[in-house]
Amino acid sequence: MTINQISVFIENKPGKLAEFTDILSKNNIDMRAMSIAETPDFGVMRIIVNDSYNAACVIREAGYVFSITPVLAVAIPDEPGSLGQILNIMGKGEVNLEYLYAFTAPKKDWAYMVFRVQDNEKAIEVLSKNGVKLLDQAELDRLFA
Amino acid sequence: MERYYQPEIECASREQILAWQNERLVKQVKYVYDRVPYYRKKMEEKGVTPADVTSVADLHKLPFLTKADLRDAYPYGLCAVPISQAVRIQSTSGTTGRRVVAFYTQHDLDLWEDCCARAIMAAGGTKDDVVHVSYGYGLFTGGAGLHGGSHKVGSLTLPMSSGNTDRQIQFMCDLGSTILCCTPSYAAYLSESINERGLKDQIHLKAGIFGAEAWTEEMRRDIEKGLGIKAYDIYGLTEISGPGVAFECSAQGGMHINEDHFIAEIIDPVTEEVLPEGEKGELVFTCITKEAFPLLRYRTRDICVLKREKCACGRTHVKMSKPMGRSDDMLIIKGVNVFPSQIETILLNKGYAANYQLIVDRVNNSDTLEVQVEMTPEMFSDSVSEVTAKEKELVNAMKAMLGIYAKVRLVAPKSIARSEGKAVRVIDKRKLY
Repeated sequence: MTINQISVFIENKPGKLAEFTDILSKNNIDMRAMSIAETPDFGVMRIIVNDSYNAACVIREAGYVFSITPVLAVAIPDEPGSLGQILNIMGKGEVNLEYLYAFTAPKKDWAYMVFRVQDNEKAIEVLSKNGVKLLDQAELDRLFA
Repeated sequence: MERYYQPEIECASREQILAWQNERLVKQVKYVYDRVPYYRKKMEEKGVTPADVTSVADLHKLPFLTKADLRDAYPYGLCAVPISQAVRIQSTSGTTGRRVVAFYTQHDLDLWEDCCARAIMAAGGTKDDVVHVSYGYGLFTGGAGLHGGSHKVGSLTLPMSSGNTDRQIQFMCDLGSTILCCTPSYAAYLSESINERGLKDQIHLKAGIFGAEAWTEEMRRDIEKGLGIKAYDIYGLTEISGPGVAFECSAQGGMHINEDHFIAEIIDPVTEEVLPEGEKGELVFTCITKEAFPLLRYRTRDICVLKREKCACGRTHVKMSKPMGRSDDMLIIKGVNVFPSQIETILLNKGYAANYQLIVDRVNNSDTLEVQVEMTPEMFSDSVSEVTAKEKELVNAMKAMLGIYAKVRLVAPKSIARSEGKAVRVIDKRKLY
């Protein structure tokens, strides 16, 4: 019940991000979701792509340092309060959240969240018990089909 | 009027100085041969006995000592007296993380302090002065040396140690410090701070004795103007004693080496041949009066020139130029000895690849050190807090080993420039030599 996120080390210098996205576009890799965490010296770019195996090969070939992390993706109703509801469930279930970001898909009335937690197993258990729907890789791909 | 601490020594005839050196060297070689098995072995390997050294002219027969020897003999292997006779340890950083430790008997401390007293009086110091010592106290020789020298002169001594600039300036104003002793970069920083606060007319400094790091004539002029003083250079190294091995006089053109205690030679760092007078090469010292840590023919790795011309100050001891570079890769950053190999050791210990580059710079007259480390899959994480925690761990490890703050910058793999396949490890932007 997880999806693969690719995280890439990118120096915090003009043009570095463009260099990276050029490599993705040349190899026909489509980003579904992305976020960047930055420090004064570097950034960690986190992406979810259409074909993570191919993307990992291309990124490795280009000489980047990267990692693949299983993260949780959740569909939530596109209305006020729905993110809060999930966060409250996680809070009460003692699930420690590292970071999160949002994305959208061509599907009306739904929004999507990516959660990176310390303990995936525990988070899946807490969320499922409370009726929260998690997406797997195949379901995620269907959203963009 | 030129002042001397020991005029009969400082202005002795060349014949007298040579006579002292001959007599003391012969005695010292026998002393070391009898008491330091490490050096005796080196002499035996070279086929030299104490009987072969009958004057300074025979000095070239003796084997050299280097920092590598200090590392091999660490900690007590080069100490010539039992612990019961030694009273002090001072230390400085060595290669690959092992520190250099030096030992002193009370007699050694007395002679070291005499050397510093000569430097203070050459800078115009008297018993009526307030000597403000902002060198670090502790293992570093800067604080202890000038402190002791100031006592010998009879000056009122302010043991400030380094740091806390506000307090430094307040004491300077309130207590009327007249002679400042610190690193040149700290002097420049104090000068800026004092002028920024508009306190220049409240300080009473007349001279400064600045050493432990390289500085340019331009920096000297800035400090002299900023503080309204005369700025004097001082040279030394822990292995030989500490500051005061050589010092500048009123002529401000080179530093007089205390030749009654230290015999100086200049060698070709590659062939190890002694070079004729006036040629540029590596400075080598032989200690002829020390008891606890009497190094013979110690290679300083400092490149300089010796000048024997008559000095306007009246002193007769040979003068050395400011060091013009190093014959090894040692860097002096904020007065601290730093070897690239130390940083490499830390990286390897922490499980990183040894792909690094040191960027040394001087910003607002203060040294900065940045260590660029190439990112590796092992160091990397999707969580920024994990990466920065590892970065912090490196910063702390470097602070522990080097004693100074180094900024760590994580860079992309293979981004550190390599020339002819070999990475350039150090970029020194300071242009000090």
